[in-house]
Amino acid sequence: MSSAAPSAPSGPTPGGRFPLPSEIGPVAGAEGWEEMYPYFSRFQPEDDGRFWFYNSMHFPEVVPAFDGLTSEIPYTAIGANTARLFSFPTTLGIEYRIVNGRVYITANPVTDPAQVEARLAHFQERAGHYYAHWDQLYAGWQQRIEALIAEIEAVEVPHLGDLDDLAVVTGARGYASNHLLREEFHRCIDLYSKMWHHHTEFLMLGYGAYVVFFEFCQQAFPEMGDQTVARMVAGMDVTMYRPDDELKKLAGLAVELDLADLFVEGSEPDKVLSGLAERGEAGRRWLAALEVAKDPWFHVSVGDGFYHHHLSWADDLTVPFAALPRYVEQIRAGEDLTRPTERLAQERDRIAGEYRALLGSEDEQAAFDQMLGLCRQVFPYIESHKFYCEHWFTTRFFQKIRAFGGLLAERGVLAEADDVFHLRHLEVEDALADVQLAWASGGRELGARHWQPIVARRKEILGALAGWSPPPALGPVPETMNDPAVKMLWGITDATIETWLGAEALDADTVRGYAASPGVVEGDARVLMNVNDIGSVREGEVLVCPVTAPSWGPVFGKIAAAVSDIGGTMSHAAIVAREYGMPAVVGTGQATAKIRTGDRVRVDGDRGVVTVLR
Amino acid sequence: MTGPATPVLPLADLGRDDVPAAGGKGASLGELRRAGVRVPDGFVVTTAAFRAAVGTLDLGAPVAALDPADAGAVAATCAELRAAVEAAPLPDEVAAAIVAAHERLAADVGEEDPPVAVRSSATSEDGAQDSFAGLQDTYLGVRGVAAVLRDVRRCWASLYGVESVTYRLRRGIPETDLAMAVVVQHLVDARSSGVMFTRSPLTGDRSVVAIDASWGLGSAVVGGDVTPDAFVVSKVTGEIDRRTVATKTRWHRPAPDGAGVVEGEVPDDRRDVPSVTDDEVAALVAVARRVEAHYGCPQDIEWALAPDGDVVLLQSRPETVWAARDAAGAGQKVAAPTARAFDHVLHALGGRRPSGA
Repeated sequence: MSSAAPSAPSGPTPGGRFPLPSEIGPVAGAEGWEEMYPYFSRFQPEDDGRFWFYNSMHFPEVVPAFDGLTSEIPYTAIGANTARLFSFPTTLGIEYRIVNGRVYITANPVTDPAQVEARLAHFQERAGHYYAHWDQLYAGWQQRIEALIAEIEAVEVPHLGDLDDLAVVTGARGYASNHLLREEFHRCIDLYSKMWHHHTEFLMLGYGAYVVFFEFCQQAFPEMGDQTVARMVAGMDVTMYRPDDELKKLAGLAVELDLADLFVEGSEPDKVLSGLAERGEAGRRWLAALEVAKDPWFHVSVGDGFYHHHLSWADDLTVPFAALPRYVEQIRAGEDLTRPTERLAQERDRIAGEYRALLGSEDEQAAFDQMLGLCRQVFPYIESHKFYCEHWFTTRFFQKIRAFGGLLAERGVLAEADDVFHLRHLEVEDALADVQLAWASGGRELGARHWQPIVARRKEILGALAGWSPPPALGPVPETMNDPAVKMLWGITDATIETWLGAEALDADTVRGYAASPGVVEGDARVLMNVNDIGSVREGEVLVCPVTAPSWGPVFGKIAAAVSDIGGTMSHAAIVAREYGMPAVVGTGQATAKIRTGDRVRVDGDRGVVTVLR
Repeated sequence: MTGPATPVLPLADLGRDDVPAAGGKGASLGELRRAGVRVPDGFVVTTAAFRAAVGTLDLGAPVAALDPADAGAVAATCAELRAAVEAAPLPDEVAAAIVAAHERLAADVGEEDPPVAVRSSATSEDGAQDSFAGLQDTYLGVRGVAAVLRDVRRCWASLYGVESVTYRLRRGIPETDLAMAVVVQHLVDARSSGVMFTRSPLTGDRSVVAIDASWGLGSAVVGGDVTPDAFVVSKVTGEIDRRTVATKTRWHRPAPDGAGVVEGEVPDDRRDVPSVTDDEVAALVAVARRVEAHYGCPQDIEWALAPDGDVVLLQSRPETVWAARDAAGAGQKVAAPTARAFDHVLHALGGRRPSGA
């Protein structure tokens, strides 16, 4: 496969290969970036012999020091799940490295046939247990994850007053509140780790069922579009659509209460809120409804839960309020915004039924029924877990860490609360120890002199690294990419690598990816590198982004097409684009590098091609 | 139903059981009309007319005596027999029937002297197994009843072309009962035309319709004179899964004045433009599905877009390549049911490929 790749005259992959990790040069102004991440995340000389790819799906931006935890902990959990819990036969876990602030990963395959065979026996017993009791175990999961969320919500940053509360003494608690500083902080980290273990608990098994059905369909119907498989499986009652549905309800309420005039394009949330406050009973009723909807449905981050600065709707109302004017307008125009679930369900069943009827034998129809049935059984988890894990829990987690940052700022260690995210979690513990000691001794914290220059320097480093273009992959291309985890989670196959290698040889005005949602449209590009800029998207534009997250849902009502650097046909952008019936091309690898805001582009969702029309 | 000796039958009177009288193509065009599909107006000069005209010439014995390996002898005999057939006078009742049918056709299409296609329709042609399609002649853009009468005889004579005769000899197809009908149809001045399969010719996938399309008459596509636009459309979702717009340099068109077909260069401004719109693709798929459902098996279809934009079919026959592969690989399945649904996953993730991969 790799030998067929055309040699590229220029760019990051001269001669049709990827650079080695050791060939990655320093970025001017980013000297010392290594100190932001743990030693075990750095490339080693022997890593040059392995193939690594840039995980831009989860880490499309430079990783701040604290956020290094969002690669460290997920990889400790997912590898434990595949390697040690379920004994996946052909794969252990995933290793990660950080270079210039970007996360690269590689999977550890099991290649010895005897070892595969030995692991298979355990896999059948262990995975078999989960599949056989899926509904019951998944119901338990729902309770476990909600309990974890309750625990993270209950974490309190201790109040350090001049004297500890009298009750601490009269209740003979026996330890002062500064002790709780580290304990409560540690609880956050521990709960975050536990959440990730539960996140992976069903994930690989769920994707496994999907991939097996997908491959069956590809063999039985080689011409079937990727998105068609997803359409046969898609659930109707999807938790991830719920925040958007809540917005639509709020828009409806605004019309009903005669408040529609307050929701106009471009209005800041603060202005809308103060406007509502002046509208008496109607305003109060709407604000009360907003509060109800917020918990939990506004705990969706504008990213995918891997960066502290991807704030949730509840933290920053900009994103949801940017969507409200359009919904209000549609409802006033008499449109029904509720998802036509009955029609969608009928269409889903019609498609599945017609493909089934086209199969050549009753045996194949029976196998089709089994695989589709299993897919539909596991899909509620696949579609819903993100809301509970990456959004609700993670939003609360970052809020708690920010609160500890608030304490450090209050005690003069940091200049402001958000600076806590420029320290690694172990450094935060150090800073908290500084506070614990100073409060105990009656002296003063020494952290201001120590941490504040470090934070300032790291902000400079992040700025310098943001301009670096990470190659899509590093190291020698393997014979074949068949690690099930890599294929399932990142959609990366031999064909993807070929696309990456061939990309430089392509016409500079053409970007290729997966045809994720059919249709062809032209429009002006809006390149969004930072999701917090989502408010800038205008009606009819083509959204071009590194990756989209579920909470972007509302903006899909405005755009004409979606293009992403990373993602497969099961990615969020693909699912939502199909739902909205707009063309989408995903997994292009470099749309954000080749396309500029304002470029006229044609998005061909049938063929997976984006063309810049200059 | 008309008697066996009738020399001419209108397409409207024909159906799939009329192969002995109307040949495969004629019977199929009649059947397509019955399926509610539009085909160009026309009539069939039946095998009875063929027998009345050339039955007395005793053509079977010289052919049966030939050794297919003796190319020289085959060529000489064929030339002789062709000339004999083309020269044989038409019986009066046959000629009169063709002239009358041609007049009716002119009246039906509302043209004084409509251009027609004169197409061979052999009794064993277009069958699912013994296909020797393409070995007999077709004449496009024929004008004037005299030319029609001439080309009918030429079609008959093409039964004695070197390729046809060699084919029959090698396959042991007997000369007795050999007969040929001829279809005479209004020539559609097609804006675009092409072929379509109700399964993928590349992968055998039965869930799609594969369409090749180009500007002008279908002969440019069928004859390989042009690289056509190609579409692969899901029968289930109606979506165009693949779309390749080719640079179409050549087209065939009815000669503007007079007879025949002109082969020429496609104007520059149309070469890279899709020769069918998405709506037309959808209309083609609808017709293809109707025909496939009517026959109950995948079809290989020649189509054209009439000047009014309607889909017109020129031919439909069973797809043979993948049908033969299916028959040869009978029992080869993509998957079979397992004891428990999740066993599929356990096997696949265990590094074991399902059978049929």
